[in-house]
Amino acid sequence: MNWLTNYVRPKLQALVRPKEVPDNLWQKCPSCDHLMFHRDMEKSLHVCQHCGHHLRLPAKKRLEMLFDDAKYQRIELPKTPDDPLKFRDQKRYADRLKDTRAKTGEHDAIIVAHGRMGGINVVIAIFNFEFQGGSMGTAVGEGIVAAADLAVVQDAPLIVIPASGGARMQEGILSLMQMARTTVAVDRVKEKGLPYLVLLTDPTTGGVSASFAMLGDIALAEPGAVIGFAGARVIETTIREKLPDGFQKAEYLLDKGMVDMVVPRRDLRATLIRLLSLLRNRNAAGDLLALPVDAVDA
Amino acid sequence: MHVLDFEKPISELEGKIEELRHLSDGGDVNIADEVGRLQAKVDKLLRQTYAKLTPWQKTQVARHPERPHTADYIAALITDFTPLAGDRCFGEDRAIMAGLGRFRGASVMVIGNEKGHDTDSRLAHNFGMARPEGYRKARRLMDMASHFGLPVLTLVDTAGAYPGIDAEARGQAEAIARSIETCLDIRVPFVTAIIGEGGSGGAIALAAANTVLMLEHSIYSVISPEGCASILWRSGEAARDAAEALRLTAQDLHKLGVVDGIVPEPLGGAHRNREQTIQSLSAALDAALGELVPQSGGVLRAQRRDKFIEMGRSGLA
Ligand SMILES: [Zn+2]
Repeated sequence: MNWLTNYVRPKLQALVRPKEVPDNLWQKCPSCDHLMFHRDMEKSLHVCQHCGHHLRLPAKKRLEMLFDDAKYQRIELPKTPDDPLKFRDQKRYADRLKDTRAKTGEHDAIIVAHGRMGGINVVIAIFNFEFQGGSMGTAVGEGIVAAADLAVVQDAPLIVIPASGGARMQEGILSLMQMARTTVAVDRVKEKGLPYLVLLTDPTTGGVSASFAMLGDIALAEPGAVIGFAGARVIETTIREKLPDGFQKAEYLLDKGMVDMVVPRRDLRATLIRLLSLLRNRNAAGDLLALPVDAVDA
Repeated sequence: MHVLDFEKPISELEGKIEELRHLSDGGDVNIADEVGRLQAKVDKLLRQTYAKLTPWQKTQVARHPERPHTADYIAALITDFTPLAGDRCFGEDRAIMAGLGRFRGASVMVIGNEKGHDTDSRLAHNFGMARPEGYRKARRLMDMASHFGLPVLTLVDTAGAYPGIDAEARGQAEAIARSIETCLDIRVPFVTAIIGEGGSGGAIALAAANTVLMLEHSIYSVISPEGCASILWRSGEAARDAAEALRLTAQDLHKLGVVDGIVPEPLGGAHRNREQTIQSLSAALDAALGELVPQSGGVLRAQRRDKFIEMGRSGLA
C-alpha cells in the first residue's frame, strides 16, 4: 500500500482550471425540445427549466456543485495496465483509449476527489460518462479501490456517483472482475463504520449497477435516471414484449423499493450533507441542512 | 449425440465404423482391421481438433447440450444431497440448484446453475438464467454454510442472469451485488468450478471464490461473443472474432490470473465421456478443498478478498 502515501500529499489539480467554452450556445431539452441558453443551463444545473428533465451533468460540474465553495482536491490514481488483453475490434482498444484521452483530457472514466461538504470531510468517486460511456475497466475499478482506501485513511464518508453503461468490454474478464474488486473496496469503508452513499445518475446499468452501486448504506437517485441490470433492448428481444412506461427509471426503482429516495438536483447537496451529518450524529450547520423545497411544500 | 459443426468429419468416420460393425458378424478379419484403422483415425482427428480448438469452437463445446450439468455432478459426487429452496422473500428459482450434501464424506453446501437437459427441464430451470430469487437463495445458503463452518462449492454454468421485466422489478442488480458481497464475506473454504458457460454478472455472482477452477473447454466472459459482436462489430456475424478478442478460454484466463486451475477434459470434450469428466472435476475439487480446509475462516476470507483486489493490477504476461 505504498501508493497510499500519494494521498497524504495529493496533487492540487482541480482548484484552478481554464473555463470551458461550450460548443453550442443553445441546447435542446431531449424531453420537451425546449431550447436553453448555455448560461441558463449552468444556472439550472443542467435541468430543463421548462419540464424539469435532468440532463447529464458533467462530472466536474457536479463536483463543484457538491463541495463547499465548489472547492475540491483531485487524487492522482495509481496506474493500471492499458489494454491488458490487446483487444481489437474494428479498431484497436489502445487507439480508442488514446483518442478518448485526447478528446476528454482525462485518463479514464473516473475522478476521485476529496473536500468538504457542510464542513464534513468527504471522498467522492464520480464517473465521467463522456469517457467511453463511463464503462468500468481496471482503471475505474482502481479508482473505486483508491477512493475507498482514501476514505478509510481519512476517516471520511465515501460517496460514489456512477454514470455508466456497465463493463468495459474491451477489457474482457478483467472488467467483470471489477465487480468483485469494487465490492471488497466499498466493504472496507463500511467495515470501518463510515457512511457509504451512492448517488445513482443516468445511466447506471450492467456490471456497475450489479456491484458497488447497489451496495450503498443509502441509495439516492436522480429523477429520470435509467438504473437497471439488463439493457432495455436485450430485455425486449428476450421476452418479445414492449417494456412498461417508466421502466428502469429512478422513480420505478423507488416504487419497487430499490432506492431510498429520488432527489432533484437542486436539493442534492443539502440532502447528502443532512444524511452524512445524521449518520455520523454530528451537529450540522443549520443553513446547509434546510429541508428540501418539496418536503417543505408538503 | 449432438454434433458440432467442426466435429462433422469425426462424426462421419464414426458413422462408417458403426456401418462396418453392422456388416460384419464379428468373424470378418478384414472388416475388423478396417474398423481398427478407422478408429485410430478418429482418435487422431479428435486429438488434433481438440488440441487447437479456437475460442469460438470452445464456446460451442462449452454450450454442448450433452455436457455434464450441475445436476449430473451432484448426482454423481454428492451423497445425502438435500436440496434447499427459496429466498425467503419472494420465491424459489430453479435456475439455481442448491443444497446440503456430502462430498467425499464431508458436509458441504453445493450451489450451481442448472440449464436443464430437455425441453421440459430447460423451461423449468429457465435455461440456467437466474432471477433475483436465485441469487438471494444462493446468498442465504452461503451465509448458512459460513454459520455452520461448511465449505461452499459452486458450479457455474449460465449464459447470464435472466433479462426480464420481473427480474428487473425485483432488483436483479441488487441481488447480484449482494451475492458477490456474500461470496467475498463468508468465512469458510469456497471453491468454484466453471463447468460450461460462465456468463457475465450472473456467473461472478457465484464465483468470487478462494479457488476458481475451469474445465478445459469451458468459457468465462464479461459478455457473450454474440453480444459483444453486435455491440462492437455491429454484427452478430462477428461472434467468432469477438470470441478471440475476449480471451474467454480457460487457458487465457489462467494466464491472466483470473482462474486458479484448469481441469482436464477427456479427449473430444466433456460430452464424449461424461463419467470421466465428473471424476476429473471431483479430483480437482478435492485437491482444492484439501488446501483450504486447514485454514481459519478469517484467513480464508482475507485471502479471497486480497486475491480479487489484486486481480488485473498487472496485465497479460
Ligand atoms: Zn424539457
